[in-house]
Amino acid sequence: MNERFAPLELADAAYEREKNEAPSLGFLQDSWRRLRKNRSAVVSLSVLVFIVCVAVASIWLTPHNPNRQQLEHGNLPPRIAGLSIPGFDGKMTTRGRVIDKYAQEGIPDDVSYFLGTDDLGRDLFSRLLAGVRVSLLIAFIAAFLDLTIGVAFGLISGLGGERVDSVMQRFLEILAGIPNLVVMILMLTIFKPGILTIILAMIVTGWISMARIVRAQTMKLKNQEYVLAATVLGQPRWKIALMHILPNISGVVIVQMMFSIPQAIFFEAFLSFVGLGLRPPNASLGTLLNEGYKAFRVLPYQMWAPTAALSVIMLAFNLLADGLRDAFDPKMSDG
Amino acid sequence: MGNILEVRDLQISFDTYAGRVRAIRGVGFDLRQGETLAIVGESGSGKSVTSRAIMRLLANNANIDGGHIYFKGDDLLAKSERQMQGVRGKEISMIFQDPMTSLDPTMNIGNQVEESYRKHFRSGKGEASARALELLELVGIPDAKRRMKQYPHQFSGGQRQRIVIANALICDPDILIADEPTTALDVTIQAQILDLMKDIQKKVSTSIIFITHDLGVVANVADRVAVMYAGKIVEIGLTDEIFYDPRHPYTWGLLCSMPTLAASGDRLYSIPGSPPNMLTPPTGDAFHPRNPYALAIDAQEEPPVFRISDTHQVSSWLLDPRAGKVEPPGEIRRRQEWFAAHRAAG
Amino acid sequence: MMKGLGGYLLKRVFYMLATLWLIITITFFLMKLLPASPFTNLDKLSKTQVEILYSQYGLDKPVAVQYLIYMRGFAKGDFGVSFQFKNQPVADLLSERVGPSLQLGLQAILFGTLVGIVLGALAAMWQNTWVDALATIVAILGRSIPNFIFAVILQYVFGLRLGILPIAMWKDFSYTILPTLALSMSPMADAARFIRTEMVEVNNSDYIELARAKGMNRFEIALRHGLRNSLIPLITLLGPMAVGLMTGSLVIENIFAVPGIGEQFVKSITTSDYPTIMAVTVLYSAMLVVVILVVDLLYGIVDPRIRVAGEGDK
Repeated sequence: MNERFAPLELADAAYEREKNEAPSLGFLQDSWRRLRKNRSAVVSLSVLVFIVCVAVASIWLTPHNPNRQQLEHGNLPPRIAGLSIPGFDGKMTTRGRVIDKYAQEGIPDDVSYFLGTDDLGRDLFSRLLAGVRVSLLIAFIAAFLDLTIGVAFGLISGLGGERVDSVMQRFLEILAGIPNLVVMILMLTIFKPGILTIILAMIVTGWISMARIVRAQTMKLKNQEYVLAATVLGQPRWKIALMHILPNISGVVIVQMMFSIPQAIFFEAFLSFVGLGLRPPNASLGTLLNEGYKAFRVLPYQMWAPTAALSVIMLAFNLLADGLRDAFDPKMSDG
Repeated sequence: MGNILEVRDLQISFDTYAGRVRAIRGVGFDLRQGETLAIVGESGSGKSVTSRAIMRLLANNANIDGGHIYFKGDDLLAKSERQMQGVRGKEISMIFQDPMTSLDPTMNIGNQVEESYRKHFRSGKGEASARALELLELVGIPDAKRRMKQYPHQFSGGQRQRIVIANALICDPDILIADEPTTALDVTIQAQILDLMKDIQKKVSTSIIFITHDLGVVANVADRVAVMYAGKIVEIGLTDEIFYDPRHPYTWGLLCSMPTLAASGDRLYSIPGSPPNMLTPPTGDAFHPRNPYALAIDAQEEPPVFRISDTHQVSSWLLDPRAGKVEPPGEIRRRQEWFAAHRAAG
Repeated sequence: MMKGLGGYLLKRVFYMLATLWLIITITFFLMKLLPASPFTNLDKLSKTQVEILYSQYGLDKPVAVQYLIYMRGFAKGDFGVSFQFKNQPVADLLSERVGPSLQLGLQAILFGTLVGIVLGALAAMWQNTWVDALATIVAILGRSIPNFIFAVILQYVFGLRLGILPIAMWKDFSYTILPTLALSMSPMADAARFIRTEMVEVNNSDYIELARAKGMNRFEIALRHGLRNSLIPLITLLGPMAVGLMTGSLVIENIFAVPGIGEQFVKSITTSDYPTIMAVTVLYSAMLVVVILVVDLLYGIVDPRIRVAGEGDK
């Protein structure tokens, strides 16, 4: 008999080979790997890190003092020394004639304003840096408070037992029925406009969605084996919340917070733009837009810089939040 | 009886992130006028891909690398998408596994059943409605006239599958492809749907390709059975030949693992291992790593097709004259003996 | 079924009224807590003049009585008299302004959702092509960039540079185009994104596969099955859209000098015209609560699963 037709010594090895060979990755590692593949999210993250660094650095380092008024330097167009790109050469068109505003006003050659000056002669670039810093600060604080209140409320409601939960949920329902715009406006009418008031106005209703998400997730996790096991072993509830529930909902919480940051930036800009939020001379993206808009028809450059900054920041946060959501939960992705 | 469909050396692969998966590796079979051909195999064996290839409803990442599908003499693989739209639903139609999700939840069932008739025969609403009513009565929807106005969620799973069948038959197609039509149903409902399909075939003389992973279902409905493994047909024959004179060790495994017949033994047999990863299929005979009867050559070379009879073909090295005689499992031997005795008797 | 639906409706209306009452009450007492007096130049008036002024506005009575008077007025559609425009009832002040706001809001939501639906549907039909890319860009821009930025850009391009559309005031239809466009960006983005996601999901469903197996082409499938199934859940987006439009109208009406509620609201806040602020607050809340209720009911009417599930109970 041909030996090729001899029975094959059954390869137990063949079974071994079929074992799943994909290495298992931790949740965060896995999410990070997915996020890195998302080009728009990576670009957004880099842009945001850069903007935050610049904004922080501008506390000590700005080309000019953002609040110093120099009336004789008022309404100068953008000029970057040594560059002659149209729009950044210190020239502007007035009544059809191109004039060198710097020369006309007799500004020395070594004084340049990257983004021009406003009517009071304040350097718009320095004001923009300060404004971005304030807007980001407001947004981060508001988002952090939303997170703290929302997570605490959600966890307590989710783990606190039926009666506690139902009371807390009724409270939430009523609060959620009030439009957040109305709440914000009322807060701003009652308190003096300022950074604190704006933050307060935003968090009165801002934490609600976080609380709802955290509660829903907690309810879901509560009945998982490992949480039940911890309960049976007599772990106190706060420990279960912090050790078992919180780490497992961190993805959802981070995503929700990433969405609430641009939301807060928007509301600050919106309120200040309409004149209900921060007031000049405070710089924020909203007040810069508000001031820029007043001179917009004649001197549009005063509006474009804060417009661009706000748009880039909003876009970057939204794209990053989208990317994070997809990275943490591929199923939630919109494909 | 002529062949209405001839599949020749079909080769299909899928582009996946991990690489190219060869899902169908040279499948060929005929479908005769008015017969029911069952295609049996585990999930991933390529049975559904084959049926979707006939409909030309493959996913976007699928490539047809070779082969032909002749329907009434024309190669379906050479048709344009537009021409295929004229074939689908009218000449070849299909029903799917899950009746709960196969119907549009927002459209009443009358409109859904009529849809394909109105499309293919450009008929008016009245004519299509009458035809739909006829079909719904044929598939056994009671009070069909009133219920045509109702929506899918108002019907039970079994009734929905009847409606799906009515959907498929309204244009009186030459071929009906049923992809696991009973898998998602309760056992009692399964039997009703199978009876219905047999009954309908008698009335309308459609050819049926019946795709299933469940050999038990096949015995009652099929005229012929093709057993697929890893993108190939490993054994094809008349239903009796497959059930009572199987030659491929994979078919043996399938038959031995049928619960109804194993009732005599103490423990239900199951084929060891799991279906191969088609990204890196085993060398030689793809079944050899799971085959207790494997020969050395199985690991090296793919087996050719051996003809047992005009209707019965098997692709396994065990049938090579050079291979030693192999004793099939006891269950299979009993079947073969019973079959031989029966045939001798008449 | 009628009993089920009627009971549900009653409960919803009750909750709606409770929320509204709460908002009115909170608003009222918050306004009473304000340290600032509604009148700016009281110092120049004599003591009797001040008293006359206070009694004219009913401010001399105890807070509880004021509250009752206020609530009674509300029930009759009387919101008191404006502080800003002396002698003008708030109700009259606002009723003149409802028209432009409503027109602007409806135009924006109609235009925005229609374009968004078309864009989203096309993107889902041609996934991963330039149409899809375009829809994605519109969706992300519309969602990220505040509408007042769009408004300013539109003003600059069409008003200042091209000079083809008026940039402010509210006279004929051409005056409504730019504010409508600016306000419609966000509903457009939401609708495009929603419809695309929804239709992609629907396209993977078995009933679309069955429709393909029936020989339907792409367009027939999209129109008869895809859109129909994606549009129903779009209704749930109307609530959030209405909120967004309200917020947006404040700033858009200001930028384009539209004589609407939003513009008046901002003016009232800056001039501390409390009766008007309270009235607008309540008006906004009422509109929102009603929109949410209507959306809920509409969903039940449009979706046969919910609609007929109710009928099964009888």
